[in-house]
Amino acid sequence: MGKYILRRFLFSFFTLIGATAIVFGLSRAVGDPRDLFAQEGGYGVTEETYEHLTKMLNLDKPLYMQYFIWLGKTVRGDLGRSLLGQKDVADLIGEKVLNTLELTIFSWILSTLIGIPLGVISAIKRGSIWDWAGRFLALIGQAAPPFVIAIVGILIFAVKLGWLPAGSGESYLIKGVFRGISSGDFSLVPAFFSGGWKHYVLPVGTLGLAASASYLRLTRSSMLEILDSEYIKLARAKGVPERVVIWKHALKNALIPPLTLAALIFVGFLTGTIIVETVFVWPGLGLLATTAVSENDFPVMTGSVLLFAVFYAIVIFISDLTYGLVDPRIRYS
Amino acid sequence: MTLSTKIGVDKPSYLERNLPLYKQLIGVVRFFQRWPVIPIFMLSILVLLAVFADVTGYDPELPALRDRTLPLFSEPVDPLTKDLTRHWLGADQFGRDTLTRIMHGARITLYVLLISAVSGTIIGTTYGLVAGFFGGIVDDILMRILDLVYSIPFLLLALVAAVVFDPSLLVVIVLLAFLAWPAFVRNVRAEVLTLKERDYIMYARVAGASRVRLLLTHLLPGVINTVIVIATLRIGQLILAEASLSFLGAGVPPPTPVWGALVAEGRDYLNSAWWVSMFPSVGIFLVVMSLNFLGDWFRDRFDPRLRQLGS
Repeated sequence: MGKYILRRFLFSFFTLIGATAIVFGLSRAVGDPRDLFAQEGGYGVTEETYEHLTKMLNLDKPLYMQYFIWLGKTVRGDLGRSLLGQKDVADLIGEKVLNTLELTIFSWILSTLIGIPLGVISAIKRGSIWDWAGRFLALIGQAAPPFVIAIVGILIFAVKLGWLPAGSGESYLIKGVFRGISSGDFSLVPAFFSGGWKHYVLPVGTLGLAASASYLRLTRSSMLEILDSEYIKLARAKGVPERVVIWKHALKNALIPPLTLAALIFVGFLTGTIIVETVFVWPGLGLLATTAVSENDFPVMTGSVLLFAVFYAIVIFISDLTYGLVDPRIRYS
Repeated sequence: MTLSTKIGVDKPSYLERNLPLYKQLIGVVRFFQRWPVIPIFMLSILVLLAVFADVTGYDPELPALRDRTLPLFSEPVDPLTKDLTRHWLGADQFGRDTLTRIMHGARITLYVLLISAVSGTIIGTTYGLVAGFFGGIVDDILMRILDLVYSIPFLLLALVAAVVFDPSLLVVIVLLAFLAWPAFVRNVRAEVLTLKERDYIMYARVAGASRVRLLLTHLLPGVINTVIVIATLRIGQLILAEASLSFLGAGVPPPTPVWGALVAEGRDYLNSAWWVSMFPSVGIFLVVMSLNFLGDWFRDRFDPRLRQLGS
């Protein structure tokens, strides 16, 4: 077990090294990085500006040294300054992380609560209206791109019916709790319950729909497979009530594949938020990244990509470890 | 007496009995599940749209301020030539005909998909074949590299690439091929691992077949079913990825009409001109759905062992 953890940890470590190397390599592939700061022939750009930048960006050292210097700075939390406004990238990202987490965690809960029960129902009542409703949901969730779901949602609930706001609000639950713990100001929390939650419905629903579709399909097929197995037949034959057979005997084993999917879905959200945040103008990491793309702001871009990669590595690492907890048959070798 | 009773063929039960409406509908659905009629029909429409993209007589990229956000079926008169031209699906905020842009978009989508899917398939299959066939240290190294590739979030890589290189058709195709290939490797490799233990491979070896010959003429035909199934299921995801890229502004640059970009452009005009983004959205949805159905059908037909895939 200890060896397994060490191996997975080393693997995550190398993944991160690989990811940072790619990000760094691309940052050098842009061409002369000095041009990002001072366009050649731009106003007030002289030889000296270039020399100053050479020193500042360590361009006089060999490439691998540049990478290590960059890595060292990154590890210490120095991600450089944004090209627009010269803000500290680490600060910029720090402001947004909680907002993104907020979106991801709520969608994760929602998709689990919808996907798994509906999957079970659609497996035990095959051919019923529930089954068809579930499969219809799965169909839409898998074939409709998230931005289309988002736009249709806005069109119906925000524009036509006017029930829900189409953008982000001011009150955030998790952020509010964090702020409350750190400064004693819990005012964001009641604001969330008195109407701030409305801003969550559309973005969380959009992210959750696609995810619950994959939960549903997986739960349904694994439940069908389990219900067909010998030990379920035995349980039925010895007179165990159907309710107990399904919810106790079958469900426990049928849940293994969806639970292992849970980590992957969480990881998928991290990139899914890029689209949802763009559509709903949700001030998170994804929006930061896309704005950086459109503004050609390289340090912000690499910073947020790096953070996503770190998240990704951490979640994959944790999920590898929890496989064994969910399914004792998996051996750590 | 009808023919079916004469030869003793029963009508399908769902037509016979007095079932509630939705169950009868299920019967109809079952028929369409047995044969992929609708998916093939939809995809042929896509191809037709792409082929006949020029018949509408509009330029997909030329703005026409006079026609800004004209609604469906509107028929503006050209002030110079007095020609009647009809915007069947309305016009966008620059007065470009929506239908024309969708049709040209279908052309570009097909072009991008075809190239990226084919190259992704070739790369992934070769990779899997080599890893499975040579085994040992080659296999180990190749599979570790695959793990690394899997751990890179695609959309992020695409966004970085969009900043580093100027977005262009070529960049999008390369990115999509990069997204496509890893899906093939594991299944192809697993298949090769069992196939290469078979007697016929041994005989071929004894007969002096070279490695290349073994791979291409003896092993490749054995995995081609798996490859086709995965490819069909994968193309749907490629379309979604391409649309997401264009939507985020990291795809094929404007004014080229790509479906994802069409949706993105119309987003700001939902109140006044819903048709601009609604029709491309529906198009993406239908095409991806058709491809998913077709992939499921292929899978059940040719390789039921792959059921885990995509479910």
